[in-house]
This record gives sequence, structure tokens and C-alpha cells, in this order.
Amino acid sequence: MTALRQAAEVVDPVPGAGAPHLPQQPDLIQLLTPEGERVEHPDYSLDISDDELRGLYRDLALVRRWDVEATALQRQGELGIWASLLGQEAAQVGAGRALRADDMAFPTYREHGVAWTRGVDPLQVMGLFRGVDNGGWDPAALGFNLYTIVIGAQCLHATGYAMGVQRDGAESAVLAFLGDGATSQGEVNEAMIFAASFAAPVVFFCQNNQYAISVPIERQARVPLFKRAAGFGFPGVRVDGNDVLAVLAVTRAALQAAREGQGPTFIEAFTYRMGAHTTSDDPTRYRLASELEEWKLRDPIARLKAHLSRSGIADAAFFDSVDAEGDELAARIRQGTVEMPDPEPTEMFDHVFAEQTPELAAQRAEFVEYHASFEGEK
Amino acid sequence: MSQTLTIGKALNLGLRKAMEDDPKVMLMGEDIGKLGGVFRITDGLQKDFGEDRVVDTPLAEAGILGTAVGLAMRGYRPVCEIQFDGFVFPAYNQIVTQVAKIHARSKGKLPMPIVIRIPFGGGIGAVEHHSESPEAYFAHTAGLKVVAVSNPVDAYFGIQQAIAHPDPIVFLEPKRRYWEKAQVDPDATPEPLFRSRVIRGGDDVTVLAYGPMVKTALQAAEAAAEEGRALEVIDLRTVSPLDLDPVYESVRRTGRCVVVHEAPVTLGLGAEIAARITENCFHSLEAPVLRVGGYDTPYPPSKLEEEYLPDLDRVLDAVDRSLGF
Repeated sequence: MTALRQAAEVVDPVPGAGAPHLPQQPDLIQLLTPEGERVEHPDYSLDISDDELRGLYRDLALVRRWDVEATALQRQGELGIWASLLGQEAAQVGAGRALRADDMAFPTYREHGVAWTRGVDPLQVMGLFRGVDNGGWDPAALGFNLYTIVIGAQCLHATGYAMGVQRDGAESAVLAFLGDGATSQGEVNEAMIFAASFAAPVVFFCQNNQYAISVPIERQARVPLFKRAAGFGFPGVRVDGNDVLAVLAVTRAALQAAREGQGPTFIEAFTYRMGAHTTSDDPTRYRLASELEEWKLRDPIARLKAHLSRSGIADAAFFDSVDAEGDELAARIRQGTVEMPDPEPTEMFDHVFAEQTPELAAQRAEFVEYHASFEGEK
Repeated sequence: MSQTLTIGKALNLGLRKAMEDDPKVMLMGEDIGKLGGVFRITDGLQKDFGEDRVVDTPLAEAGILGTAVGLAMRGYRPVCEIQFDGFVFPAYNQIVTQVAKIHARSKGKLPMPIVIRIPFGGGIGAVEHHSESPEAYFAHTAGLKVVAVSNPVDAYFGIQQAIAHPDPIVFLEPKRRYWEKAQVDPDATPEPLFRSRVIRGGDDVTVLAYGPMVKTALQAAEAAAEEGRALEVIDLRTVSPLDLDPVYESVRRTGRCVVVHEAPVTLGLGAEIAARITENCFHSLEAPVLRVGGYDTPYPPSKLEEEYLPDLDRVLDAVDRSLGF
């Protein structure tokens, strides 16, 4: 299986064997080893202060705490479903922190870590999974689009938005998120063609978490995903997605190249979905427990913690304070979710159009009248 | 100043006017630049407005619509040309799951002022996928508005109104009527976009049509007049939302109604219209609302299309049947 990762030659996967080992790949960009050791990369350096390093740790830890709380709330019936990002915190926080305020991000439905870095209130994400709305945040104000659930559709939106940036003469970049499964979608391929043809300032950030629900990456691609970019005519890179520093450095560089008119980049963040696809999923049906155990050794948070401790950048008091902050955040999320009011029933009629049609106005009126007819009963 | 224009030229001038009026308006599509589109509707526009505003896209319809969504989010007003009706389906996902839903999804924070221009309908002797009438798919989708023009005046003003409108609009152009002419006065006050219009008065039977079938309905009315029957013809102009108040007024007078479209009758617009007329004019009806349309077959090879498409005689046959009740 290792050979399949490293080389382009086609190797028959073992059905159900799951994700392979993460070898010492020459292609894999890394600035922080799984053991927490800082290493240099010839093409990617990272100028980062101790404060920023502690900030990244705080992001990772709080996002994971939120995720754990959300999973618990789903189990308790407070959410309809939850798509956990467990294991992908570094890929998301690193990518999110690479964005500037005037950049725009186009997430899938699992980008809670990116949402966090863009200033989305976690409760607005919770509202989506509770069924209150489809995400209540303001995409333009935050530079973070609403979650898109149809796989890959947002890659075209990101590309079109980037074409708009070009026409505005603005120096902003666009970050399109997608997963390994999405690379099989026609629309994703079309997005890359449009982006390449127009040299649009968009970066495709693919979190290869090894599974599209239950189907392993081997069914989506017989070449390493980042090598696909060459076929579209722009650079592709593979970064250790569990290394927040490498992800930050690689994404920053790609976004800057986009801003400077050098066109798109495809980033494959090599990571692992440590949890289920969603709370409705059962990963024991399609992957081995040993695989998860292996990936736990590459945990994105543990490695940064090890680095911060060992280098003296953070002490126990710092980690305790982040833990305490996490508990406060979780309590706020819990309370806010449980107390979240249901939407007004008439709301479903109110935003279908910018200019309401007489037909829909009539349906709304009938709806109100029908429900009013029950008043006074019982 | 009034001038004689074909539907095609009226669309071209309407697009030009819309681009002059609003620098955010841009055209996207396949072969719409130097070639001016396969029907030349965008003729000369790239030369005058540049490649950034008249974009020859890669050959990918989902790509056209999907990037239009992003451009709309950035404040642009994309007008997408789908080369032929049967080629809209690769873009169907973007239209239905994104274009139609983003306004609601965002509670109005992300307007989608996108126009999807589609030459639709048959009658040009084409190969498969070039003669279809897909309007019902779009009319069935919440969040979309669907317009079908029938004449140069509505083409000239309608395309401008559609572009200026804040919601996504599927703008259906009657391709076999592109060369039909009429006087267009650009200084006239246009009729609102989402209004039907009585275009010929009569008290015997109400005939409804839109797009290419309007001409057929008018021809049928003329033939019926020779036999002493007065058909009232209504050009629906808008397929979604439907503007049926003038239809109800008419049917209450005539008691009879025939709906004509090229699309297959099963679950077509005629079915919805018949249901609504029945709900609103039940006590005035002298006959069931009858539908004249395509059959439930794939659009046939062109040697058979005259058999497939509703024509004057099939409309008159339905009128006879209606009067026979």
C-alpha cells in the first residue's frame, strides 16, 4: 500500500484494507514531525512568533473541544447530525490562519476549524446541524461562505468569485475547500479547468482524509491527488495535514502566489478523519481499529504541544488555561444550542426570492390562515 | 425611434443596452465571443465590451453556472448562454442545488442575479438534444423564475428586465422564431416581466401559449375566425411565477380553455395551469381544460418533428373538442 502512495503506478488495493501507513515521503512537506520536532524544508520556511505558535495551539485545542461537545450534543438529541473534524484540526486551522481578512474561503460542511479562524460564532454552525437554519453567518462580512453540502459544488463558486476578484483588480485570494472524494466530481475538475484557463486567484485545498464516507482513496484516484494538478497546468503540493505549521506555510505561499497573479495551486493536505464521517456513520464496518491507532501517533495537537513544551514556548499554566477556556467554550456552546429557539414557521417562505412572487405570498397567507384556524382549540 | 427587429437582433440590442447601463453585467458562454454565439445573439459584443465582460468559457455548462454563482457573490450580474436546451442538463445540478437555493440558504444575504439564457423548442430540423422544452423542470424548482418570450418587443425589454432583476431567471428564447420580425420602440414603456397578456380578444375559447407556440396559437385563432369562432389568445410570457388572473377573467367569460406548449403534456405547465383554472373557475367551466403539447417520447428525429410539435390543426382540433362538451 505504501508504494501506491509514493508512486504513480497503479497498484490493486486490498479491498477494505483502509488507509496506508504514512511513510517518509519525499513529497510530503513537513515543518513539525509527529514527535514535535521542528524541521526545515528547502521551499517553505515559516517566520512565526511564540505568541502566534501559542495562538495556533489555542485554535486547535478549542476547535477540538467544540467538536467533542457537538458530538456529545448530537448523541443527546440536541443536534440532528454532526460532521466531526476530529484529526483534521491542523489542516483547517493552518489553512484558515493563512487567509487574510480580505480573502474569501469556500468551505464544505466539515470546515468548523476554518469557520473558527474566520470568526464565525460556533453557535451559528450548531444552528445548521440542529436544523434551525442553513448557517446564519454573513459570508461577505466574514470572508467565509456558507457551508456547501453538494460535494464539490463550491469549487466552482470559489473559482467564479476569484474571477470577480480579478475583474475588480483586487489583491485578494480565494481558498476552495474540498475532500478526497470530491476530486472525482466533474464540477471540481471543471473548476480547475476554469481556474487554470483564466489564471484565477484561487487555491484548491484538498483535505485527503483517506475516506469518502466508507470508500477509501484508492477508489477515487490511482495517482497521488496532488499530481493531478499538473494535468490542469498548475502546481500541486502535498503537505502533512497534521502539521499546522507546514499547512500554514504552504497555504500562505499558495495564496500569495494567487494574489500576485500566478494563478491557482492545488494543495493536498494529507490527513486522517479520526472520527466517523458523521454521527450517522459507523467506521468499524470499513476500517480497522489499528489504523486509527497508528494515526493517533500523528495527532496534530499532541505534536504541537510537544514542540511548545520542549522548546519552552508554553508551560503547564498555559495549557491549563487553554483547557479551562475550552471548557468555558463548550459550556457556552452547550447552553446556546440547547436554548436555541426554533425558527418562525413562516420563515421558510420569506427568503426564497429577493422579490417575493404573488404565488408564494398567497401560499404563505394560506399557511398562516390554516394554522390560525387551530387557535382556541384544546 | 421605432425600428424593425428580429427576435435575435432585439436580444442582441437588449444585451448591449444592459451592458451599457450596468458595468457589472457580463456574458458567459460557449462560442459567444468572436463567433457571437451559434445563433449570433451576442454578435459584436465581445469586440465592444472586451473579453472580461463577454467571456468565451471552457466547454462545460456546470462550470459556466458554477462560476456565475461565484461572480454573483462578488457583485457581478452574469448572463449565461446555454448553447442549446438539451445542453442545460450538465448545469442542472448547479442551477437546482445552488443558483435556486443560495438566496434562501443565506436568508437573503447572497442574492443571485443570474440570467440563464436558453434557446428552446424544436422546429429547426436539428439533431438530438437541440429541440427540447425543459421549462417544467425549472418551474418546479423553488427559487427560480422562468420567462419565455415570443416576440421582438418582449425580447428587447425582457432580457434587460431579467438582467436587472434580483433573482435568478431562466430566460427561454424561442429559437425557431429568432428570425421573426416586429417593430420595436426602445423608448416605449415596457410591460412588467412577470405578466401575461391578452393578445387577441374572443369569447368562444381561451387559448394559452408561451414562447414559440404563441405564433401557432394566433394562426389557429385566425383560422378559427374564418369559421366564425372567436378564440381569445393569451401570451403567458412568464412560466414561473404564473400570472393567471387575466386567464381566469377570460375563462370565466369563455368557459373553455386550451393550453398549448411544445413540452410533453404529462406534468407539463399545462397540467398545473389546468389544475389552477379548475380550482379558480370551476363553476364557469363548460369543458375540461385541454392540453395540446408534445408526446411522452424523446423529441423525435427531425423528419418526425412536424408530427410531434403542436401545430395549427392540433390546436383547432382541441378547440373543436372543447366546444363539443
